[in-house]
Amino acid sequence: MQTSVDIPPLLAAPAGGSLWRRKLVNRVMTGLVVLAFVLALIPLFSLLYQVVSRGLPGLDWEFLTGTPRGVVGGGGAAHAIVGTVVITAVTSIISVPIGIMAAIYLTEYGGKGRLRRWLTFFVDVMTGIPSIVAGLFAFALFAIFLGPGIRLGLMGSVALSVLMIPIVIRSSEEVLKIVPNHLREASYALGTPKWRTIVKVVLPTAFAGLVTGVMIAVARIVGETAPLLVTTGIVDSINTNPFQGRMQNLAVYAYSEYRTPGVMKQASYDRAWAAALTLIAIVMILNLVARLVYRRYRTEIR
Amino acid sequence: MEPADATGVSPLAAAGPRRRFGDRVFSNLAVAAGVTILGLLGGVALFLLIESLPAVGASPAQLPGGKSLVDYIAPLAFGTVLAATIAVLIAVPLAVAVALFISHIAPRRVVLVLGFLVDLLAAIPSIVYGLWGIFVLGPAAVPVLEWLEQKLGFIVFFKGPASATGRTMLVASLVLAVMILPIVSAVCREVFSQTPRKLQEGALALGATRWEMIRMTVLPFGKSSIISGSMLGLGRALGETMAVTIILSVSGIVTFNLISQANPSTIAANIALDFPESSGLAVNTLIASGLVLFAITLVTNLAARAIISRQNIQ
Repeated sequence: MQTSVDIPPLLAAPAGGSLWRRKLVNRVMTGLVVLAFVLALIPLFSLLYQVVSRGLPGLDWEFLTGTPRGVVGGGGAAHAIVGTVVITAVTSIISVPIGIMAAIYLTEYGGKGRLRRWLTFFVDVMTGIPSIVAGLFAFALFAIFLGPGIRLGLMGSVALSVLMIPIVIRSSEEVLKIVPNHLREASYALGTPKWRTIVKVVLPTAFAGLVTGVMIAVARIVGETAPLLVTTGIVDSINTNPFQGRMQNLAVYAYSEYRTPGVMKQASYDRAWAAALTLIAIVMILNLVARLVYRRYRTEIR
Repeated sequence: MEPADATGVSPLAAAGPRRRFGDRVFSNLAVAAGVTILGLLGGVALFLLIESLPAVGASPAQLPGGKSLVDYIAPLAFGTVLAATIAVLIAVPLAVAVALFISHIAPRRVVLVLGFLVDLLAAIPSIVYGLWGIFVLGPAAVPVLEWLEQKLGFIVFFKGPASATGRTMLVASLVLAVMILPIVSAVCREVFSQTPRKLQEGALALGATRWEMIRMTVLPFGKSSIISGSMLGLGRALGETMAVTIILSVSGIVTFNLISQANPSTIAANIALDFPESSGLAVNTLIASGLVLFAITLVTNLAARAIISRQNIQ
């Protein structure tokens, strides 16, 4: 009974052919879509598998605590781990306040003004800046004042800020937008000034979302290589001062171990993979924790 | 006790909060943050321009390779556009299918997990893609490259001789395609899932199969999102650095041959390769090429944004 439903001729004709044929087309196309999806995920699983299986052997105590030993190679990536932490921290110190304040401007103060429209537009433009261009910008900025040979951790952080600020603004704007207006109005009704309303009502309500956004933004920039290659340089020893001397993060370390391997080539490649594994672990943990924070601590908004 | 300037403030805001000293400080801070960002973006263009001027004025003999600035950048720009275009051609059909699968075909229960997996592709650092491309995908692709040379060698793209290491334009573009796929599919998914239910259910009620429903409602509705998503992906592929730097074996020539050992470099990869060892005018030349890359991606992104905003208005 059910299979013999009559198809209205109007639809059957342009769709082409008999019911049997149309069902076949449906099956085939669905199959193709599923196939494309599987195809798209093969690189992900291959990559994760390869990074884990090639990275684990090199990921030992020496890798985490040692520093490179001259031309022979060997040693570890402690300097790169320290560099990653310092560069990422300085970048966040620059980007998070600017990003969140700009998002507050967009949602709370901007109204429909011209600055608001320009800002929204240019934040979109900013998300499209290639990372290497951000690096060149930071280099040009510092080179003009401090000479062309300059390489600093701070330069890297400025470059990464160009990439991180728009991400922070976008995510913060999203969560500030969904803070319901009646909360703000209730606060105004009690005579609270606008800025106290923002600090005491709007921001706490959106807090979990803001934290999540910042963590995802950090995950996005923690593995950047290209902008640091032209700003922080390559170095072999631990440097904790972003205002002086070269610095290196894990991604640049992985690149330099691949690019200029020591005498024992394979050992260098192993360390490059170990650095890649460490990076992926950091990125995944940041992403997962960010999601958990949001689920666990977000304010229920009705 | 008159209220501070009430001009242009909505009645609610004027009646509600009172503007105090703290208010002024805070709102000025917020405006300052906004202006900083505009300044930053202007600064990117300005400082790149200042630092590339010496290269523009220099004679060809002083520049790397002894060529004029245009002759230096043109092959790189060609390589950049070629790699990104192939990447987009590979990525877009897959991305549309992925978006369709997640928005209309996959069971509801697993949609969140599948979306997370696709987003994960975007979270992986480009240096890791580079290592994967040269150590895993490249060697694995060699037999395919040889097959392409033998069977399709008459097409200019596959003329060969096939590379024995896999460090070719085709492999580099393939990795770029994987990297931009999540962005393209995210833009498409967003719009596909907003297809009016009325249209979809109407099509199904008239007896359309699911594919016919998708073809007649979802795809036409999401057409501009496919275009704008592709252009955002193109912008990303144009500027992607590390994967190309590591994978591609470059020789600075201009060729459409995608499977041989000799390939044109891209602007971004060339900067990453040469910048650390450059000094003097060579640095200015590289920055000038970076400025060109900035301009290309800017135009691409502006076009994409224009399409998106027009679609939002409709």
